[in-house]
Amino acid sequence: MRGFFYRSHPLNICENRLRKVLSDLFFQGTGLPGIILSARLLFDTLTKRFITFTKRNITHMQNTLKQEWLGNIRGDILSGLVVALALIPEAIAFSIIAGVDPKIGLYASFSMAFITAIAGGRPGMISAATGAMALLIVGLVKEHGLEYLLAATILTGLLQIVAGYLKLGNLMRFVSRAVVTGFVNALAILIFMAQLPELTNVTWHVYAMTAAGLGIIYLFPLVPGIGKVIPSPLVTIVLLTFAGIALGLDIRTVGDMGQLPDTLPVFLLPEVPLTMETLQIIFPYSAALAVVGLLESMMTATIVDDLTDTGSDKNRECKGQGLANMATGFLGGMAGCAMIGQSVINVKSGGRTRLSTMTAGILLLVMVVFLSDWIRQIPMAALVAVMIMVSVGTFSWDSIVKLKTYPVSTNIVMVATVIVVVSTHNLAIGVLVGILLAAMFFANKVGHYMAVTSTLTGEGARTYTVSGQVFFASADKFYASFDFREALDSVVIDLSRAHFWDISAVSSLDKVVIKFRREGTKVELIGMNEASSTIVDRFGVHDKPEEVEKLLAGH
Amino acid sequence: MSNVIGCIDGSAATEAVCDAAAWAAAKLEAPLLLLHVLEKTEQPAKGDLSGSIGLGTREHLLEELVELEEKKSRLALEHGKEMLQAAKERASVLHKGETTTLQQHGNLPETALELQSQSRLLVMGRQGEAHENTPGSIGSHIETVARTMHRPILVVMPGFSVPQRFMIAYDGSDTAEKAVDMVAQSPLLKGMNCHVVMISNSSKPEPQVQLEKVATKLEQAGLTVTSALLEGDVINTLLEYQDTLNIDLMVMGAYGHSRIRQFLVGSNTTRMISSSRIPILLLR
Repeated sequence: MRGFFYRSHPLNICENRLRKVLSDLFFQGTGLPGIILSARLLFDTLTKRFITFTKRNITHMQNTLKQEWLGNIRGDILSGLVVALALIPEAIAFSIIAGVDPKIGLYASFSMAFITAIAGGRPGMISAATGAMALLIVGLVKEHGLEYLLAATILTGLLQIVAGYLKLGNLMRFVSRAVVTGFVNALAILIFMAQLPELTNVTWHVYAMTAAGLGIIYLFPLVPGIGKVIPSPLVTIVLLTFAGIALGLDIRTVGDMGQLPDTLPVFLLPEVPLTMETLQIIFPYSAALAVVGLLESMMTATIVDDLTDTGSDKNRECKGQGLANMATGFLGGMAGCAMIGQSVINVKSGGRTRLSTMTAGILLLVMVVFLSDWIRQIPMAALVAVMIMVSVGTFSWDSIVKLKTYPVSTNIVMVATVIVVVSTHNLAIGVLVGILLAAMFFANKVGHYMAVTSTLTGEGARTYTVSGQVFFASADKFYASFDFREALDSVVIDLSRAHFWDISAVSSLDKVVIKFRREGTKVELIGMNEASSTIVDRFGVHDKPEEVEKLLAGH
Repeated sequence: MSNVIGCIDGSAATEAVCDAAAWAAAKLEAPLLLLHVLEKTEQPAKGDLSGSIGLGTREHLLEELVELEEKKSRLALEHGKEMLQAAKERASVLHKGETTTLQQHGNLPETALELQSQSRLLVMGRQGEAHENTPGSIGSHIETVARTMHRPILVVMPGFSVPQRFMIAYDGSDTAEKAVDMVAQSPLLKGMNCHVVMISNSSKPEPQVQLEKVATKLEQAGLTVTSALLEGDVINTLLEYQDTLNIDLMVMGAYGHSRIRQFLVGSNTTRMISSSRIPILLLR
């Protein structure tokens, strides 16, 4: 299917024919025979092109179809059903977080799942309306309204597609494990915090229902037989809904939170003025959405890769996310991305291929449109219980256990990411802080691998031997290693075992030389060329194995 | 070193592959490499449909999946080792030279391609383990390997005996021409009786001329050549010829046409492989 969407083909032949069709239309007037003739020609051209195109891709498509769609039909359809059931409460909950009607999140979940199933790069991963994205758009919705959100969603998609073509997915290697863990934990905390408004200033009934809901979710799977066949979140929702109706409790239900979908989504252009002003309003939001969406999608893809022991195409996933967001914006949905919790549920339920994602999307829409009268009656307490489950399942408990064994710097990066995200509600800022901290810790560590030793080689002559990595983080230490108070006639600085990585290193060497000269000492440098060969930014030569070996051996 | 590679997979054809590879290696005086590729079989995933996630679900799930695959893979690994050992012993009967075994993870076409530079001839069974119960089908890898590799491939069926007479299916195409050249040069088929068969349904004289040219070429290479120009359906005529003259090895240029054409009109190579009862040497 990949070729189907992305490969471009020479259009020359059809272009000529199309031109002929158009000129026919133009010159023969718009009379009926002209139109019919032209339409036939156009139809011919398109069919021919389709046939050649299909032929060219047929084997490729056959293979992909088998591997990525039909390799696990039963498991995929069942898991798609489980995921669809779990997506409904989530989509509603995230819509409420974002401050829009539940139908916005539900439409988004359908189209995100449907389109990423086809265009995404990670089979079996679930994308839909997410908490991470919902948190970013609260301000936009509050200040400018829904139409601007839709426009921002389309722009987000566009940015993500561009990111895909620029292969920015490869940048994920700069996001360290600690940052990923921090991101995931922060996300879990934010999802949990978003449930708190539903649990404050309410009657005890709500607490009781939430507690009962959580009880059912975690205890029902233990029931032998049916426990592992019926999704427990579904049982919770059904039981609590009936309990709410039967007892006639006066508690908030989904229907109180806004409109639910009553039709299939339709293609609409957002009603915003196409001006620079609009762009200025939506761009900052779109940029943040694009970054967060891609980050969570890439991380989720990695998690699914690990779980299933298969690979994924990260750049294709970027493009797929972009395409899905663009379509979602036009269908009246809010921006979304891949979901960690749901993807884990999908794999756990036996979903492996694209079919599972697509099934989830389609079933979600069907259920929502036909059952909207029932969904309206779901008490918010049931939703809260499901969301608490998602939050608990998303949180990486392993990271808390391992706090004791991991190095302090790793823990600081993780905790800092969490704190920044929770305080700003913006996962992008948190990740940025995490990456910067991780880079600084790394630079600091490598900076320790630098040593300067010296020997007296004669009357008033000294040789300094520098070994290790000299760069911005170790430049000051490098300078401080020289004893300028010693009165010397001449100094030899042997750099042949050192690596100068940047201009900071070079300028601190300059400083050393000048300082010695000012003291009246003659300075001689040895091995400057080898030492500074690492300054160049293009590593065309340096990343060859023999060069790397030379580097590690100290030239 | 250019090896003769025998692709072992535990199917019914394994012993034949082993014998054929040993025979070819002895004839070519080349080292023999017995290859077993551990392919990940797509098992339907076992699902827990409870749909709930809780404390450490992700870690648990990973642990569970790893454990499941570990057991399966370990079993496959040991089974493969035993199989290779048995194959090596079996091969030592026909081939006295150097024999090595290699076990790799991945899939056969990729592994074969990686080994291309150190291979001379690839010996494969017609059907893998997956197709054993469906007669008339051919293994899923043969075509892929034949299309990607630039080495001859010997496709064998269960029950291999050292061939005495071979036939070349000649059709005048470039692929067939190259196949004839290769046969003329190869030490593998030296000293055997050679039949060149051409199927032509037109009455023009060109096929006769072409056929004679080819026969002369092969005779000059030192083979005893019988040539025949036949009429009729390609596959059935060739099969009949095989039967009546007790031919026990078939040589043909393989997959000369594009995949597109094959999708529309089918492939003679595939049809031949699936209906032949004797080993086929595919030359590309």
